[in-house]
Amino acid sequence: MANPVENNVDEHSELIAFKIADQDFCFNIMSVREIRGWTPATVIPHSPDYVRGVINLRGAVVPIIDLAARLSLPVPEPTSRNVIIITQIDGPTVGLLVDAVSDILSVGLDDVQPTPEVASDESNCFVTGIITHDDRMIRMIDIAGILPEVPGVTG
Amino acid sequence: MTTMDELKVTFFQESEGLLEELADGLEQMSDGAEDREIVNSVFRAVHSIKGGAGAFSIDEVVRFAHRYENTLDALRNDSLTATAPVLEALMAAADHLAALLEAARDGTETEPSHSDSLIARLAELTGEDADAAPEAPIDFAPMTIEIGGLGGPKDLTLAIWFRPHAALYDTGNEAAFLLREVADLGDAEVRCDTTDLPEFEALNPNGAYLSWNVTLTTEASETAAQEVFEFVEDVCDLTVGPADAGAPAASLPELPVLTAPDPVPEAVEDTPAAEVEAEVEAEVVSPKSTAPAGGSQNGSVAATIRVELNRIDRMINLVGELVINQAMLTQCVRRNGYSEGDDIDAGLDELRTLTRQIQDSVMAIRAQPVKALFQRMSRIAREAGNEAGKSVRIATEGAATEIDKTVIEKLADPLTHMIRNAVDHGLETAEVRAAGDKETVGTITLSASHMSGRVVIEISDNGAGINRERVRQIAVDKGLIAADAPLTPAEIDNLIFAPGFSTATTVSSLSGRGVGMDVVKRAIQSLGGRVTIASEPGQGSTFTINLPLTLAVLDGMVVEVGGQTVVVPISAIIETMRLDAGQFFGLGTDSHVVRIRGNYVPILDVGAVLGYRAPVDDPENRVFLLVETAEGSRSALLIDAIHDQRQVVIKGLETNYGQVDGVAAATILGDGRIALILDPAAIVTGPVAADTAFPSTFAEAG
Repeated sequence: MANPVENNVDEHSELIAFKIADQDFCFNIMSVREIRGWTPATVIPHSPDYVRGVINLRGAVVPIIDLAARLSLPVPEPTSRNVIIITQIDGPTVGLLVDAVSDILSVGLDDVQPTPEVASDESNCFVTGIITHDDRMIRMIDIAGILPEVPGVTG
Repeated sequence: MTTMDELKVTFFQESEGLLEELADGLEQMSDGAEDREIVNSVFRAVHSIKGGAGAFSIDEVVRFAHRYENTLDALRNDSLTATAPVLEALMAAADHLAALLEAARDGTETEPSHSDSLIARLAELTGEDADAAPEAPIDFAPMTIEIGGLGGPKDLTLAIWFRPHAALYDTGNEAAFLLREVADLGDAEVRCDTTDLPEFEALNPNGAYLSWNVTLTTEASETAAQEVFEFVEDVCDLTVGPADAGAPAASLPELPVLTAPDPVPEAVEDTPAAEVEAEVEAEVVSPKSTAPAGGSQNGSVAATIRVELNRIDRMINLVGELVINQAMLTQCVRRNGYSEGDDIDAGLDELRTLTRQIQDSVMAIRAQPVKALFQRMSRIAREAGNEAGKSVRIATEGAATEIDKTVIEKLADPLTHMIRNAVDHGLETAEVRAAGDKETVGTITLSASHMSGRVVIEISDNGAGINRERVRQIAVDKGLIAADAPLTPAEIDNLIFAPGFSTATTVSSLSGRGVGMDVVKRAIQSLGGRVTIASEPGQGSTFTINLPLTLAVLDGMVVEVGGQTVVVPISAIIETMRLDAGQFFGLGTDSHVVRIRGNYVPILDVGAVLGYRAPVDDPENRVFLLVETAEGSRSALLIDAIHDQRQVVIKGLETNYGQVDGVAAATILGDGRIALILDPAAIVTGPVAADTAFPSTFAEAG
């Protein structure tokens, strides 16, 4: 069920909308640090398939998650037209590889509808609500569920 | 943060330095040093801590430090001799003082009974009554201030009487600043005269009631002293003249001391007005008193400044960027057709040298001797020994060895654990030791040294050594190994590093808190280090920690593997080579070894180990790096090509990602791209299991 608190949507929130494989997604813009073009990433050995690798963000090592792969959507080879959304929630900084950033939406609590029940698949696990905008269906995703919760593994 | 809070932070930082001085002095004394100056420095350290603690009303510290000081005073005036039991009590007291300060800093409570028992122990030494109240309540205590121009001829002693009018304060002047300026001229003893202070009801907050008497011993002239007051001449009463013959310089305290005004006289203590005064006095004392405490009071140590660590870190980051930038520039120049020997090339060479020097200098700022860490460990060992009822002697070697500050900080936890383990599991009780013909006091030796670009820290005890029977049994019980597994003694010893292994049958307050040596091992690995163990039954165990000098840079060989550029630390590489087909031999199903000068060395295909590509079938066309790990085993790493050799700045992967097996860290190359730095030892030791290879954070997220 769509819980407003889970979605981080307040009375009025700004969401960043973007496209992956011709589907529209969005999440709270407060998590976004910057948006930049695609640069080839350095592959990390033994990483999950949705981790593209790491890039140099002004001296910091930032891992890139291929959102298409993460959401089990078709994964094309990234080109210079792809966009990386650099996000940070509490801890680690992570880049999300998407096809294009399309819009910034201003929404209220009432605009968010619960996700319809469909046969469960990977991409639905992360979709926490739906917003209609300009006749498009925009899927709100749980960004914290996509990112790792704790940085590092040092014990 | 208020000024007071800032001062408090400074006080705690300085206390650390003072505690170090204290521990140092006690150690020298227990080594038999007879120097009176050592006793003095120990006394001064405790005294300064007491003074500072008084200023911040940390009563428990003041109470304890006061008794401690009394005992040290007895030592100073020879009414007490520094015998072994005395020193033991003094060391215990120093440990407790450190604990009290720590508690005060962290805002935690301490058990007063512990203080009381130690106070009683100290009082017993000097033969005084432990319950006797300190002579005077201490609102704040005099602090010693180091003033320039020590040791020079001091031919003039001036008496200055200074009484500001209210108008002085009205015009924005401040008596404290003037007095401080006077103190800068030489050795000054400042006394505040409060006799004119009215009852609180009659007190006009804008009035001026205080006057000061200053006895100044100075090389400067009378005029110089008068000049200090030049701008307030018309708003104060002032007399400056030679002091009475009865007060020559020799009668001043042996140290150059600016004594703050005496503690509030008892007569006015109950009136709130006294607080006004106390505040004024505190202002005189605190800002300057912070200056000398961390440094030396005998002037023999080089001048130091205190800098926030994050400023240095920022600088190190910038220098790191500079190194990368310089590399990029060099590449760029080469690409544009300038060849070696051009002016521009010479300039670039110069730039490289300079950059390297800057980097070395910045790194040197971060390097610190391990002494403070070792002292802390000594304290922990003594505490642990007390709790376990074992007598422990700590010996340290190479305390001057310098390591990066970050490494030192991160070493504290694992070392604490290892020391506690050594006391708890390693050393036997006195009875057992006596029965085994050993000295009843167990010894733990901490040593640090530099060895081929790395730091080696050893913790050895002369205890029972590892009980291999028991270790093996426990490992079998816990399902870590098969009951009939054939293990060498060294392999059994290494079982204690296995996750979930803990030999303590009961959970004592010392070790066995659920964390085991595996945590220690991981902590040290995360510093790019290794820990190994050597144990001799009946003789004791030695843990050896091998660490990189710094976490910030390393010399690396830039190589290509499976289309990716990776960096291999030069420190691990013995040689690079190409091999003929005849030197390869198969071993088992898909392992290969290579014969190098008569020795057989296993081949590891780095590209395949990291999963970049399938194993190659034409090893004779590839390049090999012969590497040796800290444990001494050799392997030949198969790579595709060697590009370059250069210094790289280490960037952690942990911040945003997690640890990766076989990868030590990352770095940024001249073209701005990230290259991974290999961890040859991890590649050599571990067949990387697919299910454990994900960094746990990302695996969980999936």
